[in-house]
Amino acid sequence: MKSLTNLKKNTFYYLGLVFLLISCSSEESYENKQVSSHAGQNISQSVDQVFRKGNGAEPQTLDPHKAEGVPSSNILRDLYEGLITEAPDGSLMPGAAKKWEISPSGTVYTFQLREQAKWSNGEPLTAQDFVYSFRRSVDPATGSKYSQILSSILNTEDIIKGEKPSESLGVKDLSKYRLEITLKAPTPYFLGLLTHSTTYPVYEPAVEKYAGKFARPGNLVSNGAYRLDEWVVQSHITLQRNPDYWNDSETTINKVTYYVIEDQSSELRRYRAGEIDWTETIPLGETAWIHQNLADELKISPYLGTYYYGFNLTKPPFKDNRALRAALSMAIDREIIAEKISGLGEIPAYGWVPPGVMNYTPQRFNFRSMEKQQRLAEAKRLYGKAGYSEENPLNIELRYNTSENHRKVAVAVAAMWKKTLGLSTELVNEEWKVFLKNRKQKQVTQVFRAGWIGDYNDAYTFAELMYSSHGINDVGYQNPHYDQLLAKASLEKQQDKRRLLLEEAERVLLSEHPIIPIFFYVSKSLVKPYVSGFVGNIMDHHHTKHLRILDH
Amino acid sequence: MFAYIIRRVLGAIPTMFILIALAFFLIRAAPGGPFDTEKKLSPEIQMNLDRIYHLDESLLHQFARYLWNIVRGDFGPSFQYQDYTVNELIRSGFPVSLQLGLTAMTIAVFIGCSIGVFSAMKQNSFLDHGLMSAAMLGIAIPNFVLAPLLILLFAVNLDWFPAGGWNGGLLSHRILPVICLALPQLAYIARLMRGSMIEVLGSQYILTARAKGLSNTTIILRHALPPALLPVLSYFGPAVAAIITGSVIIEQIFGLPGVGRYFVQGALNRDYTLVMGIVIFYGTLIIGFNLIVDVLYGVIDPKVRFH
Repeated sequence: MKSLTNLKKNTFYYLGLVFLLISCSSEESYENKQVSSHAGQNISQSVDQVFRKGNGAEPQTLDPHKAEGVPSSNILRDLYEGLITEAPDGSLMPGAAKKWEISPSGTVYTFQLREQAKWSNGEPLTAQDFVYSFRRSVDPATGSKYSQILSSILNTEDIIKGEKPSESLGVKDLSKYRLEITLKAPTPYFLGLLTHSTTYPVYEPAVEKYAGKFARPGNLVSNGAYRLDEWVVQSHITLQRNPDYWNDSETTINKVTYYVIEDQSSELRRYRAGEIDWTETIPLGETAWIHQNLADELKISPYLGTYYYGFNLTKPPFKDNRALRAALSMAIDREIIAEKISGLGEIPAYGWVPPGVMNYTPQRFNFRSMEKQQRLAEAKRLYGKAGYSEENPLNIELRYNTSENHRKVAVAVAAMWKKTLGLSTELVNEEWKVFLKNRKQKQVTQVFRAGWIGDYNDAYTFAELMYSSHGINDVGYQNPHYDQLLAKASLEKQQDKRRLLLEEAERVLLSEHPIIPIFFYVSKSLVKPYVSGFVGNIMDHHHTKHLRILDH
Repeated sequence: MFAYIIRRVLGAIPTMFILIALAFFLIRAAPGGPFDTEKKLSPEIQMNLDRIYHLDESLLHQFARYLWNIVRGDFGPSFQYQDYTVNELIRSGFPVSLQLGLTAMTIAVFIGCSIGVFSAMKQNSFLDHGLMSAAMLGIAIPNFVLAPLLILLFAVNLDWFPAGGWNGGLLSHRILPVICLALPQLAYIARLMRGSMIEVLGSQYILTARAKGLSNTTIILRHALPPALLPVLSYFGPAVAAIITGSVIIEQIFGLPGVGRYFVQGALNRDYTLVMGIVIFYGTLIIGFNLIVDVLYGVIDPKVRFH
């Protein structure tokens, strides 16, 4: 019953969102509708509603505009609420804004804020607070690393460059509770961006008074379901329920503690000792043991990310050598890697965009449908066509950042290349920052490991990576046709047409083999059976306000 | 002796300067910078950040700025943990590391010396061989192996102690980390003590003392122990360094909020200011300890004179 109710409600929100995007001027309001994942379960009075979560590395900051990385984002999601927020399954729902209108041109968004929304000190949350916060987020003096994510808002880029003042940003307050955001072009995924921490409101008096120290216990004023209570660096951060949150009546958990545990094996031991209820991840070396002993508590869900190898397209042998690139890609048995190497339900990748992305049909390599033998024979043929053979084999370097998991994949891939093509591969591992530098400079790299986790739930976050002038286009892919398709897509306001453009772009990309997608990531956690409300979602975003502790 | 101490402290200044300069330029020579991640920054944002953190200035200029700040006792803001300054991070982490280190060191010295003396007195007995084999094992098992084993046994299976965390320094949270830190040092000190004690016990003046009819306890405690302690004392400097580096691992495994973890994290993240701060801090600590050891040497050994 529980899952059925969920499914229905989720479908409702999903459809609602699609409708909203297509109609562009919807008055549809979601006010006061709640997604509950606890249907049919009794609230327990006998257990403390305290939740303890492993959270990986020490969060870099709790200033939402400077934050980056998963550890910070997890906590910020509890502390703050943007205009839009997420349901347990990751679908979008109204946050600090109760409803909104989108102009027919698709570039002007008008948000109606909730009048009952308050800061954790009881002050009302107003449109002016959002204006201040958006301006601060893009202001060069703030030093935000993620302000690019707001580049769809009018004048953001000029402000970041320092050519215009932050007051020129396309965000203004029409009244105390009405906020208008003007975009430079229609951006169909804009509402999704509004769940990102760079768009969270910060409390102006606290920021002005405490400056760099405003995000500390005692100083921090936030507007989410929780408020900051304690922060012991390198140990833990504790949040307490915020009684001033507009929807506090729906919150169950009173206190949540995020523990800093970088070492995955330590995290597992502390989980087994009953000190944490939810792990950030699991140590891959222990996969078999976990499958055997904790199978019921292991939660695996598809994640918005692709693990891939890139070719350096600016240097021989891969420059202008499509046949060779295709041969190397086809010679890899992705099923074996996904099943045997990591073995956690990763999905073999025959394309660039992971499955499950909203409003998109992922494209796949043509060779996917071939029989294995046929595929390998074709790989051999292409290898020969590129001018190499058993007698005259190619020698290449495969570069990856030092990690046991990456090494395992690289060894398997090298063995497959050796077996099918007779290619000899030298494995080179480098410390993370050295690796990043080499990849960026494109001087010594030949084939290199890479991974990409989408910033927002839209195919564009993947597509743009291969845009010729994009900052992380480390393969050096340059294709005017591809660039053109992307440019068109970013101006297209009709969802269906835009989708076709992006899908065509992915087909173009795949046909040229600048990269070898290997598998799509999954998120993996251990969750104690008494934690109710876990719903796997493609962004791996979870809000404590949706959870509850059952009797145990 | 006072003049000696002053001279040593002054002599430490050039050492510290070289240390700072080496660390400063080496960490910047390492490829990659504090803001390099898989998600690349746009050039404009990179420029803004460089300006905020003064990375757009010339290296020498940055070095001069850094030296000036250190003189005023300011280690600067952390690049990685942006809500905190390096001073604050060290101030919050050091008490934890210090308490762990001191407890471990005290236990290692007292128990290690006792075992050593005891073994030396019962030289070549069954007990002596047993204790020394155990000590050999203690030296041979690295603490990154010992710690997970102890956690599995005492935290996961027996549930006597927590598997990690500091919890404001509760005793139950300290026991396992202290054991892991102390054990290798304890074992080493026991072997060191045994060796030097046997040597001293064989010397002529001990024979004289026995001939005088002194009790065994008086001979061991008053006449044999002080000179036998000298090798242990000179091991003190390296031991402090070993406990510090050991705590880097132990803090990681037990999830303790000590200063050792910053060292590793700081270096991996290219958190220039944090790494520099810790290098200077550890450098001062080790130089200081060596000075204390040298002074103690003079107190115990009448042959040593301060010049």
